[in-house]
Amino acid sequence: MQFDSFQALITMGGHGAYVWFSYATFILVILGLILATAIQRRQVIKHHRRLMRSEAQRHGSGGKTHNASGA
Amino acid sequence: MRSEPRVPVRLQEQEGGWPRAAVETVRREWLIAFRNRQDLMNPLVFFVLIVSLFPLGVSPEPEFLRQAGPGIVWVAALLSILLSLNLLFRNDYADGHLEQWVLSPQPLALLALARVAAVWVTTVLPLVLLVPVLAVMLHLSPGTGLVLVLTLLVGTPVLVLVGAIGAALTVSLRGSGVLLVLIMTPFYVPVLIFGTGAVTAAVEGASITGHLALLGAMLSLAVVLAPLAIAGALRISVSNG
Amino acid sequence: MWQWFHKLGSPKWFFGIAGRLMPWLGWSALIVLTAGVVWGLLFAPADYQQGDSYRIIFIHVPSAYLGQSLYVAMAVAGVVGLVWRMKMADTFIASATAVGAAMTFLALLTGAVWGKPTWGTWWVWDARLTSMLLLLFLYLGVMALRGAMEDPDVRARASAILVIVGVVNIPIIKYSVEWWNTLHQPATIKVTEAPSMPASMWVPLLICLLGFHLLVAWLILWRMRNDILLRERRARWVRDWVLAQ
Repeated sequence: MQFDSFQALITMGGHGAYVWFSYATFILVILGLILATAIQRRQVIKHHRRLMRSEAQRHGSGGKTHNASGA
Repeated sequence: MRSEPRVPVRLQEQEGGWPRAAVETVRREWLIAFRNRQDLMNPLVFFVLIVSLFPLGVSPEPEFLRQAGPGIVWVAALLSILLSLNLLFRNDYADGHLEQWVLSPQPLALLALARVAAVWVTTVLPLVLLVPVLAVMLHLSPGTGLVLVLTLLVGTPVLVLVGAIGAALTVSLRGSGVLLVLIMTPFYVPVLIFGTGAVTAAVEGASITGHLALLGAMLSLAVVLAPLAIAGALRISVSNG
Repeated sequence: MWQWFHKLGSPKWFFGIAGRLMPWLGWSALIVLTAGVVWGLLFAPADYQQGDSYRIIFIHVPSAYLGQSLYVAMAVAGVVGLVWRMKMADTFIASATAVGAAMTFLALLTGAVWGKPTWGTWWVWDARLTSMLLLLFLYLGVMALRGAMEDPDVRARASAILVIVGVVNIPIIKYSVEWWNTLHQPATIKVTEAPSMPASMWVPLLICLLGFHLLVAWLILWRMRNDILLRERRARWVRDWVLAQ
């Protein structure tokens, strides 16, 4: 351990603000990336669910129309 | 947008092969340029406007202008080239001309090179020729002005060649003006650095041959590689439509 | 080798293997990064010149390194995508752009914050900082181009060309910026490791570098999985997978 006290660790000989700010932005950026990717994943799954639901509806309500369009 | 009737293509002629096609491309470009003089004027006016904003916005002190002048001229030239490049393939894309290019038996890269060369002569060369006038307005010494013109003569073809890659990539997109500036500006930095570096060296009485050689190296690299990238980008854009 | 290459081109295979790799990568990234950061912050000795402010190095150097190498990796993927028409190459470019841009941004920001106690100013047009700024612009350009294009095939090939042109230019940009820098401000203090760094400093730096690699690999695999799901929306296995969620 390089620091004698918790106080010393926070201040880091006057450089504490710079060091801690850097590490805080690092954590924020990484958390932001993780959050964005998690949202991306949820949206993709939602998109698929909606797609499948609408297709199921089309199949269920009008098999005939589907056949006609396919022919 | 140009409203005049288009100049017909003559790329399909069998005799002559690709040299003929290249010459025809240049000839056609000149005809179009001559018939659309306003399109030629716009980048020029823009160039002069940008340059004249600096004395108004920063300082008309001769000392400041002498120091910042070469950089201002270079940045203004860079911006007006970027803005005019947005139109480089626009009309040809709209009227299906590019598809004929892609389908023609001549190598597309070569046609692209001919096109870029013609555009440089018609839209950028006038701009360079205007620089001595601006040099006087910016209180640059005649020697500095001459070096500035020299660096622009070697450097601007690189800008047009590299920018044409971006123009070819974005030709099928609507409202691609800002996009082109966004994606191409980082590529312009080396040219800007060595172009203005040469002028700074000249002001300090140092030799400029090194800078010009580096600019020349970039030009030869761009002449060899950029047409290939332009051709690839044009193929992609045309296949999209 | 070629069989492996073919498998890599199969979205389904890649999706499965990425899913199996992800927990390993994620957890090891967390462990290694925590170890490296705690070591760097608490146990590494202070620099005799810069004091404790040099501790920013443990995130600055890895993010700068990854910001640059991810762009090169994207260019390699661009070549693979153009030559072999491999769909996974574009999936990689799509997923790596944001991560690479974030890393470059982080390197810039930590570099600026480090500059304040070292140079007494937030921003210096230092060669490294300037070329990182230009690299960030390159990333933003790729993002802008991709954002403007709708057709997936055109987007894939156009961004591949842009990234390849970019990677040809990176050495030229770097060289020109370095040359420009020596011209305009000679002899600044370099924000870099001292030539002879004691092991007590470079070992935690190496651990952080490894941790960053694991983290970035985890993030990119995750994003690639999302991208595959979106691209292969017509495939049977994708629907089965979604239903299982």
